[in-house]
Amino acid sequence: MNAAFRIPGAGRLSQAKTASFSFDDKSYTGIEGDTLASALLANGVHLVGRSFKYHRPRGFLSAGAEEPNALVQIVRDDARKTPNVRATVQELYDGLTANSQNRWPSLAFDVGAVNDIASPLFSAGFYYKTFMWPKSAWKSLYEPKIRAAAGLGVSPDRPDPDHYAARYAHCEVLVLGGGAAGIAAALAAAETGVRVIIADEQAEFGGSLRFESGARIDGENGFAWAQGAIAKLKAMDNVRVLPRTTAFGYYAQNFVGLVERVSDHLKTPGRELARERLWQVRAGRVVLATGAIERHMVFADNDRPGIMLASAARTYLNHYGVAVGRNVGVYTANDSAYAAAIDLKKAGVNIAAIVDLRDNPSGSVIDEARGLGIEINFGRAVVRAGGKLRVSSMTVQPKNGGGERTVPVDAILMSAGWTPSVHLFSQSRGKVAFNEETRRFVPGTYAQDCVSVGACNGTDGLDATVEEAYAAGAKAAKDAGGKDSGIKAGKGTKPTVDAGESWSRGMLGAAPGAGAGTTVKAFVDFQNDVTAKDIRQAVHEGMHSIEHVKRFTTNGMATDQGKTSNMHGLAIAAETLDKPIPQVGLTTFRAPYTPVTFGSIVGHARGPLFDPTRRTATHGWAAAQGAVFEDVGQWKRAWYFPKAGEDMHAAVNRECVTVRKTAGLFDASTLGKIEVVGPDAAKFMELLYTNPWEKLEPGRCRYGIMLREDGFIYDDGVVGRLAPDRFHVTTTTGGAPRVMHHMEDYLQTEFPHLNVWLTSITEQWAVIAVQGPKSREIIAPLVEGIDMSDEALPHMSVREGKICGVPTRLFRMSFTGERGFEVNVPADYGEAVWEALWAEGQKHGATAYGTESMHVLRAEKGYIIVGQDTDGTVTPNDAGLDWAVGKKKTDFVGIRGMARADLVAKGRKQLVGLKTKDAKVVLEEGAQIVEDPKQAIPMKMIGHVTSSYWSENCGRSIALALVAGGRDKMGKTLYVPMPNGTIEVEVTGMVFVDEKGERLNG
Amino acid sequence: MLLIRCPYCEEERPELEFRNAGEAHIVRSANIAGESEDDFEKYFFIRANPKGVIYERWRHIHGCARFFNAVRDTVTDKFVMTYKAGEPKPAKLPGASK
Amino acid sequence: MAKAAAKTNAASASVERRPALAGRALSAPGVKVEILPPAERISLRAPEASLAALSKGLGVTLPTKPKSSATKGGRTALWLGPDEWLIIDESGNDPLADCAKVSALHSAVGISHRNVAISVNGPAAAVTVNSGCPQDLSLEAFPVEAASRTILGKSEIVLLRTAADAFRVECWRSFSDYVFTFLSEAASDAAN
Repeated sequence: MNAAFRIPGAGRLSQAKTASFSFDDKSYTGIEGDTLASALLANGVHLVGRSFKYHRPRGFLSAGAEEPNALVQIVRDDARKTPNVRATVQELYDGLTANSQNRWPSLAFDVGAVNDIASPLFSAGFYYKTFMWPKSAWKSLYEPKIRAAAGLGVSPDRPDPDHYAARYAHCEVLVLGGGAAGIAAALAAAETGVRVIIADEQAEFGGSLRFESGARIDGENGFAWAQGAIAKLKAMDNVRVLPRTTAFGYYAQNFVGLVERVSDHLKTPGRELARERLWQVRAGRVVLATGAIERHMVFADNDRPGIMLASAARTYLNHYGVAVGRNVGVYTANDSAYAAAIDLKKAGVNIAAIVDLRDNPSGSVIDEARGLGIEINFGRAVVRAGGKLRVSSMTVQPKNGGGERTVPVDAILMSAGWTPSVHLFSQSRGKVAFNEETRRFVPGTYAQDCVSVGACNGTDGLDATVEEAYAAGAKAAKDAGGKDSGIKAGKGTKPTVDAGESWSRGMLGAAPGAGAGTTVKAFVDFQNDVTAKDIRQAVHEGMHSIEHVKRFTTNGMATDQGKTSNMHGLAIAAETLDKPIPQVGLTTFRAPYTPVTFGSIVGHARGPLFDPTRRTATHGWAAAQGAVFEDVGQWKRAWYFPKAGEDMHAAVNRECVTVRKTAGLFDASTLGKIEVVGPDAAKFMELLYTNPWEKLEPGRCRYGIMLREDGFIYDDGVVGRLAPDRFHVTTTTGGAPRVMHHMEDYLQTEFPHLNVWLTSITEQWAVIAVQGPKSREIIAPLVEGIDMSDEALPHMSVREGKICGVPTRLFRMSFTGERGFEVNVPADYGEAVWEALWAEGQKHGATAYGTESMHVLRAEKGYIIVGQDTDGTVTPNDAGLDWAVGKKKTDFVGIRGMARADLVAKGRKQLVGLKTKDAKVVLEEGAQIVEDPKQAIPMKMIGHVTSSYWSENCGRSIALALVAGGRDKMGKTLYVPMPNGTIEVEVTGMVFVDEKGERLNG
Repeated sequence: MLLIRCPYCEEERPELEFRNAGEAHIVRSANIAGESEDDFEKYFFIRANPKGVIYERWRHIHGCARFFNAVRDTVTDKFVMTYKAGEPKPAKLPGASK
Repeated sequence: MAKAAAKTNAASASVERRPALAGRALSAPGVKVEILPPAERISLRAPEASLAALSKGLGVTLPTKPKSSATKGGRTALWLGPDEWLIIDESGNDPLADCAKVSALHSAVGISHRNVAISVNGPAAAVTVNSGCPQDLSLEAFPVEAASRTILGKSEIVLLRTAADAFRVECWRSFSDYVFTFLSEAASDAAN
C-alpha cells in the first residue's frame, strides 16, 4: 500500500485516504492531497515526458506552476482529454488517468529521440535555415511534417462537454499570491473593512511556507499559521479567498484576469459545477506577492530525470512526505539548497555530496549540514550528469579545471539562486530595474496603482517580508478608500515572525563546463529545448537584441514565459555580447502567466449564449407551419414556407405567384423602426434624409434615402408622418442600430439646437405585411376606425386605429408592387393578430411568404435592397433614385459629398436590369460583367450582378447589376464569363413587372 | 478593459458600455453645400491621427447614450480627461507641463 | 398589479396577448430568476424646463441624478440619460396618456411591448448579474433604487436595484431569451 518513497511521519498529508490513479496505463496509489507529481515521485517515477524538440527523457524540475517538463495529458473520458497539464499542479483524485506526451511508441523508447542524436541539424534557428529549398517542398512536404511533429499533446476531437463560468468582480485591494507576504497584506487590508480578494494558484495557501520547515509565525509553524490566517480571512464578509486561482493577465487600470480551477481536482465534478471560472477583477489597488522562482544550474545533461530544483525536493518532502531519491546529490551556488539537503538528511535520505560553486561560503545552514556529516565540496562544479532515463551520477570537477570524480546518485537537487517573479508587474507595464548587488531584476518604475511585496520585490527574509507586506496591505486599503486600520492604535493583528529563512545571491548563466567554447547540452529553457550553446550561437549569428535572441532560439517563449530560463538566457547573451546585463535588457513578459483554456475565455458565451438569437413574435407560428429560417444578423427570419413535397424553389415560385394572384402574409417585424418626436421633427428629417419632409401631410408616407456625409447611400425605408411633430421611420433590418447611432450622432453633436428626440420602437411593434390584390379584403373585416377606401387611405399613407381590438399603425405601402399594407401591432399581440389575418387570408387563398419570396417580388419591381444592390459606394444617382433627392434643399447629410467631382463624373457604375439571352439561365450574384468576352485575360470588368433570381411571375430569370455607364447601355448585349462558359445578357430597365405601377391599386 | 469617465453619468464606467466615434472638434460647415472640394476633403477625409494626445469623440452608447469628448494619449492609452459635447477644447490639460 | 394592466388592454381586444417567455422562472441556490408580468412603459425625453410639469403629470418626481430612480404609486422613473427616463408603470395606469396631458416640451413614446422584465432575486443576485455585467454592483456603488442602462453579456439591458438583494433587468423583447438564459446559467454558478 505504502509507496516506496513516501517517508513515514514526513509531510502533511493524511496517509489514511488513498487514491488510485494510472499513468501510461500503469496503476499506482497516491494519497489525497497529492499532486500527480508527488504521487508519481512517491512511487519512484521520475520519467514523465519527452522534450519538445530533441525528445529527451524528462522528469520533474519543480513542484509548481513553473514546471517546464512534466506536461501530461489528463483523460477523464473521450471528450475530456486535457493536454499539457502540469503534473506538479494537477491535484490527485481517485481514478485519475494521465498519459505522457510527445513520445512514440512509448515513454522509455521514443523514436523521436533520434532528433537528439541528429541535434546539430536542429540547433538554434534551424526552422529559418533548413526548410528553404526547394520552395515547392514547403507546402507539400515541410509544412505538413513540421505541423505533425510540432506541438505538445493532443487536443480532444470532441466538443468540450464542460461548462465555464465567468464573473466581474470589484474590490479595493486585490492580493495576488498567497504566501506569507500575500497573507500578511490581505490581513492588513481586510482589517480596514475594504473589499479584499486574495488569490493563489495552489490548492492550499502558504507559498514557500509549504517547504520552509524553519519558518515560525505567531508561535506556530509557518504553514499552520498560513492556514489559520486564511481561515480568518475566509470568515470575513469583505474578503474573498480564491485558492486554485491563477492571475494570468494584468491589464489597464488595475483590471486583472484570474482563472479559478473549480473542479479539475474532483473525482466527479458533477454537471452543476463549472470546470473553471474566469474572474475579471477591477481593483483599486493591487498587491503583488508573487514570490520568487528558484533557478536551476546550467550544466551538461542537466535535464535528466531526477534532477530538480532544491526547493521542489524540499516541497515534496516537507509537504507531501515524499523523498525524491535515496542517494541524492546537491549542486548549488547559494545557501537554499543546503536547507533541502538538511531536511532530506534528517528524514533518512543519504546526501551523496553537496557541490558548491562558491569558494568559501559560510553560514548557519552550511554549519548545520556539516554537523549532520554531509560531504561538502566548495569551489567545485558538476560538469555532467550520468544516466539517461534517470540520472545515475554526477561528475564533479574543480571549477577551474582539474581531475574529475564521478559520484553515483539517483537525484540531483540544484539551486542557482532565486528569480523574483515580476511577470505580473511587467504585464502592468511597470519597468524592472537591475540590482547590481543581488544580480536580479526587481520592480522599478510603477505604471499602475500596485505595489510589490516580499520575494517578488527582492525583499529577503521572512521578517522583512511580513513587515513590508503588512504595511503595504494597510496602505493599499487606505489609498483605495478604506478607513485607517487599527495599526496605529495597536489594534492590528500584524503577524510576528519568530523564525524565518533567508537567502539571496547565487549565479546567473552557464556553470563551468558549459560556458563559452563548449558544445554540451546544458539546458537553459527545458520546455523549448534551448541550451547555453544555442544562445551563444544566436549572438554569434548576429542576434544582438535580447528580443531577437529570444525569437531565434525560442528561449522563454510559449507557455514557459521565461519562468526558469529568462535570467540564465539573458546572462549568457550578455556574456557573449560582452555587455552588462542591464544594457542587454529583459524580454517582455506576456500574458498569460500560465496557459488559459479556451473554455474559460469563452465562459458562458457558447451554444445558445454564443450570440443572442432574436426571434419575432410570430416565430412560433412560422415554425409550426414548417417554415425554413435564415439568419439575418442576429434575427431568425422565415425564409420560405414549403408545403409537403416542395423544395425551396417550388415553394418560392408558389409563394411569389400567389402574392400577385391573391395575397400573401409576410413578417416584416425585424425592420428597424424609430419614432422621431418633437416640434423640430420635420427639420431633423430634412437634414438626415435626401427627401423633402416639411410638406409631407400627416397621415402620408414617403420613401426616404439616408446618405453618409460622403454622399453614398447608407440606408433607406418608408417614413410615415403620424402628426406634425411625429414621424414613424423604418430602416433596413441590418441597419437599425447603426442608423439610430448615425441619427443620434448628428442630433447630439451637429444639430443639438433642434427640439426633437429619437426612440427605437423596432421591438414595440410587430409588423405583418399583407400584400396582393386581395389584401384589403383580408384586413378590412378586422379593422376598426380606419376608412380603408382608396380615397381615404391611398397608397403611401398611414392611419392609427384598431385591428382585432388592439392598437395599430396601419401603413398602406408596398414592397411587392401590389396593393399592400403593413399592419403594425404591439409585439405581444403580433402572433394572435397574424393568426386572425391568416384565417381571413385563407378565405381568399392567401399564402404566407418568407424572405426569399420577398426578395424576388421586390426585384421584379426593381426595388433595391441597401447592402445588396448598394455597397457603400453607390450614390442616389447611381441607383436611379435622383427623384428622391430634394432639389431645392440647401442642406442634408451627404449633400456636399454627393456633389464631389468623381461622384458626378461620367461612366460611374449605375444600377440596371439584366435579362439573360437564355431565359432559363439564372446569373450568379456577384458575377462580373465584361463588354468583350474575347479580350485577353485579365479582362476589363465593367460591373457585377447584385441581385439575381428565377421569376416564376415573369417566366424567366431576372437580375439587377451595377454596370459602368449602365443607363447608356440599354438594350446592349454584355457578357458574364463563368467557369462553364460565357453568358450573354441584355441591359434593361429595372422593372420587370407592371412598369406603370397600376397594380399598386389593383 | 479601460474605465472611462462619462461626463454625463459623472463616474467612471467600463469600456464595454462605450463606443469610439472618431476625432473631435471637426466642425461641419453651416454652408456645407457651398464648400470647395479641398475644404470638404479636409473636413471629411483628413484626420490628425497623432502620436500622443488626441481629442476624440466617444459615445456612452450602452449607458446614458450621450456623445462626449475625450482627451486620450495614444501612446499610453490613458484618458487625460473627458468633457461634454459642445464644450470647447480645453485650453489646459490636467497634469500637462506645457 | 400588472394583471390589471393586461386586463385593461384585453377588455376590448379580440385577440390574446402573448408576452415573451411568460411564466418562465429558474431557481438556483441563493437566487431566483423569473420573467415579470407585462407593464406599461414609456420612453420619456424632455429638457430640464419641462421636468416639473412632467413630474406633476406623471405623479412621480423625475430624478435628475445619474444612475438613480424614483418610485411612487407603482410607477418608477429611471434616469437613463440627462434628458431620458424610462417610466415603468405596474399599477395598470397609462403614463402615455398622462404625458399627453402635459403641454410642456417633451417626447413620450410607448414601449410597453418593446421591453421584457426579469427579476433576479436572492442573496446571490448581484453575483448573478455580475456574471455578464461589468459594473460594480456593491451596495456602495449601486445602491437600492440605482438604475442604469448597461451591458449583460452581449445584450444591452436596463438594470434597476429594487432591494439589497433584488434587481429588475429590462431588455428588448427579442433579447429576452438570451438574457433570461444568460441569467439562468449565471444563477447556477452564483452561489459558489
